[in-house]
Amino acid sequence: MPEQRVVTPEFLFTEAAREELFITGSEAVREAVRRGNVDMAISYPITPQSESMHLVGDIYAEGYVKDYYRGENEFAVMSSVAGAAMGGVRVFTATGGPGTMRALEMFPTWVGARLPIVCAFFTRGINSPLTIQPDTIEMAHMLDTGMIMLHAEDAQDLYDMILKAFIIAEQTEVHIPVGVFADGFFVTHTRDRVRVASPDLKLPPYKPYSAPVPVIDMENVPFRQMRDPFVMKSNYVSYAAHASWQQEVLAAAERARPFIRKYLGGLIEVENEHADILVLAGGTAVCQGREAIAMAREEGIEAGLIKIKSVRPFPSDELRALTANAKAVIVPEFNRVGWLSREVRNVVQNPDCVVPGPRVFGGMTMPPDLILAEIRRYARD
Amino acid sequence: MKNKHKRWTFARKYCMLLKGLQLFYGGMILTKYRVLAGPEGYLPPAAACEGIALPDVGYALIEGREVPEQEALSAIVDKLLSAKRPFFFPGPNVLWEWKAGVAEKAAAVRKLADTAGARVIPMPDYRPKYPMINPAIEINPNHPNLTIWHNKIDVCVFVGVHCHYANMALKIIRGGTDCYTIAICGEAGHEDANITLRDAGIPQLEALTAMVAERRRLS
Repeated sequence: MPEQRVVTPEFLFTEAAREELFITGSEAVREAVRRGNVDMAISYPITPQSESMHLVGDIYAEGYVKDYYRGENEFAVMSSVAGAAMGGVRVFTATGGPGTMRALEMFPTWVGARLPIVCAFFTRGINSPLTIQPDTIEMAHMLDTGMIMLHAEDAQDLYDMILKAFIIAEQTEVHIPVGVFADGFFVTHTRDRVRVASPDLKLPPYKPYSAPVPVIDMENVPFRQMRDPFVMKSNYVSYAAHASWQQEVLAAAERARPFIRKYLGGLIEVENEHADILVLAGGTAVCQGREAIAMAREEGIEAGLIKIKSVRPFPSDELRALTANAKAVIVPEFNRVGWLSREVRNVVQNPDCVVPGPRVFGGMTMPPDLILAEIRRYARD
Repeated sequence: MKNKHKRWTFARKYCMLLKGLQLFYGGMILTKYRVLAGPEGYLPPAAACEGIALPDVGYALIEGREVPEQEALSAIVDKLLSAKRPFFFPGPNVLWEWKAGVAEKAAAVRKLADTAGARVIPMPDYRPKYPMINPAIEINPNHPNLTIWHNKIDVCVFVGVHCHYANMALKIIRGGTDCYTIAICGEAGHEDANITLRDAGIPQLEALTAMVAERRRLS
């Protein structure tokens, strides 16, 4: 077991000296887990996630993770990590694309059971004909599971968000799972400069006895679902219990907001916020958006950029305020359905200002010119 | 008719003023939702989803409003001493001696309840009790109303209940009863209680006991 010193989250995140590595997104996952004081990791391979959990297996062999094994499939893995979390340990896993869809039943189950699991999702297409190409459509299916959803722009975000996700998820008043999403291949398989803390440091351990539900309690729901099951009853008492339970889970996500602000600096990041043309994006679309507003500036057009870091909870108040005077809010996305533009339309004061696109999918990259063309169009109007 | 019109215009302006008070401040809407005793209705919202935030360290909530802890302690004493049938609901965290210090905390809870003249009904676990709970001797977070109604409880104190189950029960109580709820929480507090303390341990329990005793002595 390597010698590591436990430090406060604040020290690890902001004060500790960092060294710069030139690594892939998958390697950034390994470096985050190395410093995460993770008790257990369970894996099942699926492209583009496979390499990351393979690398977590490598650091298990080095002694940085206490237990690690490969599950039978994604559903089994997500069920197994639920058991581990109910047992009171810090647990990490990752999946992506069809793996996310196969395991879907478990995500609202994690939330309802108040399990602070951290799972990385490396997004890819989920349609037939089978594709392994980059696409963020699986996030649309995750929006109402109740999980906290963070969206990484690059490998640096991925490293930081995974470490911070443990601390956000494990707050007593939050205590629901966090999904850290990154665009498959664009982030996982490309090298980037990532600044990391010393591997001699690690987060404090998880405190299971501060959980809002009893740890490893075989007699009570949510651990023991099928004894004296109020799930099976059809009466008002049962309905009220279920309703209040679900409301409490919604409340838990609301309580995450101050911790996301504290540790991630906000649910969004903004550049040139007073511009009346705004590009709003999450994940790697932020990079193309940033490039597009720089190109626009060279042409004398002022445009701003809103980076969505937290998809759940959604930054509704922040976006309402920022877009109050916007002429156009351009939402570039890596999927065909435009789930982010739908989310934005639901919260802004003037939904007509939301431009649902440009969109690319099927594995295409997004030339910044596509976004620039939209900026030019609204600058002319 | 003219006066009526004037009254209506004034009422409309007053409403607009109130709405105006829901100002955007740093991008956030200042909420006016208050966590009052019920019955609030069929399905009351989670207070956290209505913009009520948990108190900062050293603070507490009274009906959703953040106040210094001392002010909340005083309000708890007022409620306990003015109640007709105050009850304490101790949960597993203080009922079972699962770690050092729990027995002392349980004794402090018992002393506070006795000093305040309150009765104690335990919440020993969280299993739904079917076919029927005995509400005279037990409370359960999945159907807390049964115990509140049976015992005609007008003020209750949650202490040592795991946070998820406390919030779950507090919403159901607020929805269906007029019972005033107080949470003495050892963690971050409960927006769904009418009054909540946070990080509360033996010092807060002893302070409450001393305040209750002093108030009784003076009355």
